[in-house]
Amino acid sequence: MFTAFLIKYAEIGIKGRNRYLFEDALVHQIKFSLKKCEGDFLIHKSQGRIYVEAQGDFDFEETVEHLQHVFGISGICPVVYVEDEGFEKLCDRVIRYLEEVYPQRNKTFKVHARRARKDYPKESMEINADLGEVILKAYPEMRVDVHEPDILLNVEIREKIYIYSETIPGPGGMPVGTGGKAMLLLSGGIDSPVAGYMIAKRGVKIDAVYFHAPPYTSDRARQKVVDLARIVSRYTGPIYLHVINFTDIQLYIYEKCPHEELTIIMRRYMMRIAEHIAKETGCLGLITGESIGQVASQTMNSLIATNEVCELPVYRPLIGFDKQEIVEVSEKIGTFETSIQPFEDCCTIFVAKHPVTKPNVNIIRRHEHNLDEKIDELVKTALETDELVIVD
Amino acid sequence: MEVYLDNSATTRVFPEVAELMRKIMCEDYGNPSSLHRKGVEAEHYLRYAQETMARLLKVQDKEIFFTSGGTESDNMALIGGASANNRRGRHIITTQVEHPAILQTCKYLEAQGYGITYLPVNAYGQISLDDLQRAIGPDTILVSIMHTNNEMGALQPIAEAGALIKRLNPGTLFHVDAVQGFGKARIYPRKMGIDLMSISGHKIHGPKGIGVLYVGDKVKIHPLLHGGGQQKNMRSGTDNVPGAAGMARAAELLYQHYEGDRERLYGCKKKFLDGIRKMESIQINGLLPGKPDGEGTASHIVSVSVAGVRSEVMLHALEEEGIYVSAGSACAARKPQPSATLKAMGLDSALLGSTIRFSFSVYTTIEEIDYTLRVMYDKIPILRRYTRR
Repeated sequence: MFTAFLIKYAEIGIKGRNRYLFEDALVHQIKFSLKKCEGDFLIHKSQGRIYVEAQGDFDFEETVEHLQHVFGISGICPVVYVEDEGFEKLCDRVIRYLEEVYPQRNKTFKVHARRARKDYPKESMEINADLGEVILKAYPEMRVDVHEPDILLNVEIREKIYIYSETIPGPGGMPVGTGGKAMLLLSGGIDSPVAGYMIAKRGVKIDAVYFHAPPYTSDRARQKVVDLARIVSRYTGPIYLHVINFTDIQLYIYEKCPHEELTIIMRRYMMRIAEHIAKETGCLGLITGESIGQVASQTMNSLIATNEVCELPVYRPLIGFDKQEIVEVSEKIGTFETSIQPFEDCCTIFVAKHPVTKPNVNIIRRHEHNLDEKIDELVKTALETDELVIVD
Repeated sequence: MEVYLDNSATTRVFPEVAELMRKIMCEDYGNPSSLHRKGVEAEHYLRYAQETMARLLKVQDKEIFFTSGGTESDNMALIGGASANNRRGRHIITTQVEHPAILQTCKYLEAQGYGITYLPVNAYGQISLDDLQRAIGPDTILVSIMHTNNEMGALQPIAEAGALIKRLNPGTLFHVDAVQGFGKARIYPRKMGIDLMSISGHKIHGPKGIGVLYVGDKVKIHPLLHGGGQQKNMRSGTDNVPGAAGMARAAELLYQHYEGDRERLYGCKKKFLDGIRKMESIQINGLLPGKPDGEGTASHIVSVSVAGVRSEVMLHALEEEGIYVSAGSACAARKPQPSATLKAMGLDSALLGSTIRFSFSVYTTIEEIDYTLRVMYDKIPILRRYTRR
């Protein structure tokens, strides 16, 4: 019965003169998201609102689910719209609407009419009163409550007449693309997809980099990362995923540096490479899934060591999250099942039994000099292996 | 160079088989259940498939049932066999080294109240007939033993087991999982006391999604699938005509060159084993004592443990050179647990995670064996340098 959706947006509403930029980005993201839905949709801005109108048959549940993935939407109101064929026809439709949407009618209600088309014969207040009366007559079990109604029945008179009363919560946040772009260090784990999701929620477009280490990691591990990127892209839009072959760098570090420092030094090189690609592709920051103290390489001391090799800011949205809290988000966004598939990633293959937890940056730097002979060349070669996978 | 040595996982379909299937799918695509000519035409293919499989196994046409593959055949034999005979008893015997299609089905039956005995194996992967003899009781309704082990190629004493079972308890059904053995060894159910036998199409250069369950004439089992009553009500569901015909054609082709292929496969195996022995610290699993060339084991399977190199790493290192092998067995390889079969054989726990399986086929050449040995010889020392410390 619903044929359209009114999209409510949250923070865009408070933006100033550049508000249209946010609205346009939102329309763009909605269009992208609905491309994968059954049916055709007309999406338009009109007087500070965004409407999604189905052109013919569509799948209501599927459409709502896709809209719930679009950052910037705070609420989705399913709308019934009717041609203006006189007030009596409108009354009939409203009665039928209440019957269909609220099988249990012992509720309080309030009619909220808006007359955007000023040549409509009745004024808003008049519509409120008259419709209210018709409803009370049709459903004596309903009562009016103008302060805290169970049902706020909106009737908007435009070219057509829009009737809606329900609001399905959206994901909030801001439309992707309004906040610049950042490079996500994506592993196959639980945390990094969540980190990408959280930054994207603030309107940031996401690119990603994945380090693989064949033959120590397999094509399946890589496929898992592509799968994760695909799930995240349901929220963020297309993700440009850079796949870097890290094997030779890793083996070189393994040979030249103390084993307990392998992970830290490895991560320093990952950050350097990620930043290099980030700068080349116009990213304004790096994103990692680090959380203080979760593993040896994420203690505050270790973070100093990995942080210092980058000029760009490193965004760590999960920094204060417990594992359980991260898992909850990953379940919510649908990455958890994929994340827990058991494939080795390049961080685990040579990990020491007792890695350093409080690395001293000066010592790390000194040990990194053991790599001087070949490392620049290896980094250059690794960058040349960059394989771009466009995930959408 | 592409060298496919994972033929126990699946095999390349014979071109002739693919062509026959294409014709059936695109031209002679009728449903054998239809009354018109198109249906009759399709039924011919089905009869051809049934007759061929029966001929190769030296059994009657009506004893051949087509299923969706080895797993369904195993399930049908065990669950169908158990439920048709549970008034006589609820005891089933199998081995510790069966394929998951048997072991998991046994677990399911255990939960349904059946008692299962899992026979142990020796260091060569074989059960002992004494153990089997002790396990068979008056309430034993079914014994299920695999013909060829999928992980290291051990052959079980099927004919002897069949005779023993029939002597001790003639009412006990004998099921054989011959998914790895069919086409590589001649298996004749009637001569070996076999009542039920599972075969899979894609292990013999046929298509995936098709298998056979041989069900002896006098054997009572219940169907798993109910519906349109195809295959004498034993296995409902529209007949998989291209699958059945393709599988039969593949089997026919294999049997045509059986002797020559068998000799060549053992030749490849011997060559490979000789090459492996020249490398340091590689253990060959499952060879019989005094049989260094693999006599008495499957002609097409070699299991080795490369000390100090994890199987997954070895696998991907070979993959980089175009060589495809398995870590343990493909069916269990996606789970990172050590193989239960190799454990049951008493393999050193340090070597469990370093075991890889090479499996050959009629397409395997001596040049491919040489190439593989050369790659291993070059790569293993490098891989051993970088290990988890």
